Order: sequence, then C-alpha cells, then structure tokens
Amino acid sequence: MSEPLLEVRDLSVDIVLSRGTIHAVDGVSFALEAGAAMGLVGESGCGKSMTLRGILGLLPRTGRITGGQVLFEGKDLVKGGQRGLREVRGGGISIIFQEPMTALNPVMRVGDQIAEGPRHHLGWSRSQSRARALELMRMVGIPDPERRMRAYPHELSGGLRQRVMIAIALSSEPKLILCDEPTTALDVTIQDQILKLLLGLRRDLGVAIVFVTHDLAVIAQTCETLAVMYAGRVVETGRVEQMFREPHHPYTLGLLRSVPDFDAVRDSLEAIPGMPPDLASTFSACRFAPRCQFAQDDCLAGEVDLHEIDGGRTVACLHDDACAAAASADPVIARV
Amino acid sequence: MEFPLNATLARRLRRNDLEVLRAVDGVDLEIERGEVLGLVGESGCGKSTLGRCLVGLYEPTGGEIHFDGATLPARRDKATRRRMQMVFQDPYSSLNPRMTVRQTLTELLRVHHVVPRKEVDARCKELLDLVGLGQRSLDAYPRQFSGGQRQRVSIARALALEPDLLVADEPVSALDVSVQATVLNLLDSLRELLGLTILFIAHNMAVVRHVCDRVSVMYLGRIVETARTPDLFADPRHPYTRGLLSAVPRLTPGRVSTAVAVTGDPPSPVDIPSGCRFRSRCPIAQEICAEVDPRLERHDARPGHEAACHFAGEQRTGPVPRAESRA
Repeated sequence: MSEPLLEVRDLSVDIVLSRGTIHAVDGVSFALEAGAAMGLVGESGCGKSMTLRGILGLLPRTGRITGGQVLFEGKDLVKGGQRGLREVRGGGISIIFQEPMTALNPVMRVGDQIAEGPRHHLGWSRSQSRARALELMRMVGIPDPERRMRAYPHELSGGLRQRVMIAIALSSEPKLILCDEPTTALDVTIQDQILKLLLGLRRDLGVAIVFVTHDLAVIAQTCETLAVMYAGRVVETGRVEQMFREPHHPYTLGLLRSVPDFDAVRDSLEAIPGMPPDLASTFSACRFAPRCQFAQDDCLAGEVDLHEIDGGRTVACLHDDACAAAASADPVIARV
Repeated sequence: MEFPLNATLARRLRRNDLEVLRAVDGVDLEIERGEVLGLVGESGCGKSTLGRCLVGLYEPTGGEIHFDGATLPARRDKATRRRMQMVFQDPYSSLNPRMTVRQTLTELLRVHHVVPRKEVDARCKELLDLVGLGQRSLDAYPRQFSGGQRQRVSIARALALEPDLLVADEPVSALDVSVQATVLNLLDSLRELLGLTILFIAHNMAVVRHVCDRVSVMYLGRIVETARTPDLFADPRHPYTRGLLSAVPRLTPGRVSTAVAVTGDPPSPVDIPSGCRFRSRCPIAQEICAEVDPRLERHDARPGHEAACHFAGEQRTGPVPRAESRA
C-alpha cells in the first residue's frame, strides 16, 4: 500500500496567553491519501483550525509546535524548519481561509495576487504569470476575468473574493489544499457555488483536501472521511457515511442530535449540556466525561486514547459500544 | 388577532451621486398573534432592516405599521415600544459590557415601571429562571458568560418588558451547533408558556423548518414568497426559493448534483434591475420579467401561499424532499 500523501502523527501545539499556556492541539493524528477529501469537524476552540495552521507552520506569534510529526510525501515538515515549510507552502500544500478580506492583500489588485505565486515562486515572466492568472480565474469561475484582474479585493463580493483565494491556492499546483472554514461566512447559495467548485476542482485536478468546518451537513456533501475533534484531541475517525449513521463517540452523537437536519424535522433538538473544558488545564480523565450520558467511573481514571474498531475506524471512548447501540436504536440518519 | 403591516421602507445612503439604497422596498407582511413567522433571505435582502423598523429602531421612509388594531406613529411612546422587543444576532456586542445582568434588567424594569420597586429583585430572579440561568448570573458581567449564555441573557432582557412581539434577529447564527439547540428549545418553550408571537429572522433553512409556522422569503428588499412552512418546503413556487432550498447542504451523505442551485451574485441594491429583481439570476426568466415587476399573488397555490413571479410554480426542477416527522 502506498504511503499516504499527508500523515499527521501526535501533533501538539501550544499557545502562550497571559493567563497561561493553552494546549490547543494535544496529540492529534490522522492520515490522508492522495486525491482524497477529509473533514475535520468540531466546535469553536476544539483545535481544528490550529491543527491546519500547525501543518503549515502558520502559528500565531506565541504559538509553537511542541511535539509530533507532519509527514508530507514522507518528509517531516516539523523537522524541516522554515526552509522546508517555504518549499511546501509554495508548491505542495496551499491553504484557504474563512475571511478573504483579511487573507487577501487589500492594496494589491487581485490579478497580481494570483500571479504572485508563479512569478516569485516558480520564477515565471510577467506575461506568463499574467496568462496563468487569467487561466486560473476562469478555472474558478470568475466572470469577465480580464476586467476583474484589475479589481481590488474590496470591490468584489464575498463569493468572488473566495474564488480569488482559491485561484491563489491553485496557482502553485498543490497536491493538497487545506480549507479553514472557507464557506462559513458566505450566504448559502454562494456556499453552494464554492463547494461545487471545490468538488469539481478535486475531480479535475486530483488535489486532496482537508476541510475544517463546524457544519456537519457540509462535510456530508464534500468529504469521504472525517475526524471529529474535541478539546484539542481527535475523538473519532472513519468514513463519513458510517460515522453519521452509527457514531461511536458520544460527542459525535451529541453533535448529530443537536443539528437541525433539513430533511428530517425532529420534535426537539438535543443540546449537549455543559461547556468544553479550559485547554489551559491538564487532564487526568476523559475530556468529554463531564458532559457525557454514557460516562462511568472508568472514564475518570485517566485520559482515553484512540483505539481501532471495525472498518478502519478509530474512537477514543471506553463505552463506544453503548453509544453505537443508542445511536442505532434512534438513528439521526435513517438507513436507506 | 392580527398585526397587519403595510410598509414601504427605504434607507437613504448618500454617496457621491445621491444613490438610494432601498433596504426594504415595498413589503407587505402580516403576523398573527401567537405564531412564529420566519423571515429568511441572504445578506443584503433587508430582513434585519425590516425587523428593526418593526421594533422602532429605524423610522420607515414610507408605508405604515399596524399593531394590534392601531397604526403606529413615526415616533412611538414608551408604552408602545415596550410591546415589541428584539434579540440580536451577536451575543458579544448586544449587551452592555459595563453592567451586570442585574443592572441591565433592573434598569429596564424601573424605567418602564413593569413592577413596583420592591418587587424588582424578585422579578429579575424570575426572568433568569425563565431562561434557565442560575441566580449567580445576576451579579456577573457579560464577559463572564459563553455565547449561548449571553443569548439567554438577551432573551431575558427582551422578555423583561413583557412584549407581545419578539423579533429574534438571527438569534443562534453566532453560536456553536450544540448550543443552538438550547436556545431554540428555549424560544419554543417560552412561546408556549407566554403566548409569545415571534418574528424569527434567519438564513439557516434547516433551523427555520424546525422552528417556524410560516415563512416569508426576502430577496433584495422584497418578499418573494410566503407560505405555511410545510407548504413552502414541499412546494416552493418562486425560482429563488427553489434555488435557496436546493442550495442547503443535507446531513444525509450522498451524491450531490454538480449543478449549482443559483448562479451568479445578487445585483447591487443601489442598482436594482427593472421588472423582476431576481431575473438576472433566474433560470426561467422571460421578456415580461424585465418589463413588469411581479406582485405577491396566490395563483393556484394552497391558501396562504403566495409568490411574486409571473411563472410561479411552473417548470419544476424537482420538489424539495418531504420532511419526515420523527415523532
């Protein structure tokens, strides 16, 4: 079996704040094959965005990787230092963000920003880079690209700005695109356009995607596999279909039960009681136990690690069978 | 009892050449007592502006608002303003950060003389009970709460004045998914308990389907379709509504069609197309659409179901999947 395109092993990221050090990412592992699409799901503060940033070393000033490896095509990006990261950021891995207005340079025309990669990173001439920028703008569906090239970001709508960001991400011919909530700030019809664009690009260019979001429905429509994060750790992984039909981790089940599903109106939505823990603390028990309906005494004995279950899935829970049974008895997604 | 509203509302935005931004441009809306009416649409459609006009935060530039049988004057008195209250989208900027919950609630209760002075404290506690917050919250500042808790404080604040109508402007959009459920369930139970009427402004169609009795869809300052919730989702008759509904991602994993639901971007609200304002993105637009602005009409739909389209209901591209009740 060929090696995965991306393998994150036990990655840990700390962020130093005035009130203490936050263990934003605490031993996260997952793997992604070439051309595949993986979702990374969780609520605010779970560490999903910081994981993406950790992969590319784009951490905040007071953040640092404190452990683990990030293997891209077999090479460890953590060990490779700034040089290794620069190489990969230019051509290999790209990233798109939630807020194009803060990610794009506001005083530079968008055409120039798209041409920047080929020009400075690949060393192309001005006219070659410009031609490539036009081509990319067409590829991402920006109408009237010759004219739009000269626009500044603030002159474009949210959807167009996001397309510009995707064009920039593609300009270096990446094998992997990291998406940090790229459609969260967009209207639903524009989100639909952008998601379909990403799916089409994936199909045509064979690029792999890691899609960070809190929206389970978006994951259902765009990703094959999924990792659910809670309090800085991965708590469940597997294929999206399996996990949605029969989640094994109580947090995954809780998330599914609290989301209003467009297709199935439920009489009432189930909230998950309580709040996520403070990531500045150290843990000596399962992090989800205080909010968990399946928790027993053994859950408080120590941290719970991911273990494998059937079908290539993993889950970090001592009572995942009970959870799966409850999920099957009252499924969120009906079996077709 | 009814609250018929006939309003032509516009907001003036002065630019170099005196362009006018008609945030709300000829809206007729009715809200029945005790119902939850959903007002949906995407950014810039005017739904928030409409909500703010209703509670009196903006003065409409045209039209009328009738409330409980009387036409509301442009300047409302305290007693009238009390009867319509609002919950805002952003739990982080809608509470005064320098006042404790107790101070916020007390100020309202005193200014409006809701209860005698000596009962104010007890009423504050009751309000917090109502929204499921403990007594300790009374002396806390907003920064000490989570987003979901702040929204509950905002709801308590809105209910302090015992309003007839609650305008909830995207009350859960800024909250995490698992917390949204708490606030939605709370609104549902309060509506039963207090006989509240709610205008629920949202862009999340799945939430609207769960919470609202009727829905009005807005586009660029106009209402393009209104129907009872099950009718809207089972039989959307306006092309924009159909596009909006088919754009919503579903929780059931499956093959998604590659065709986009609605193409292009909405036109600028200072430069609205002639005739039907949706025609530049409409898959079934004809000549008449550029000439004549369609009005909200029932055509051959079920009672209470109206759409503003010359071809309402025609050329179905496929019904929105029927909701199955999981009772």
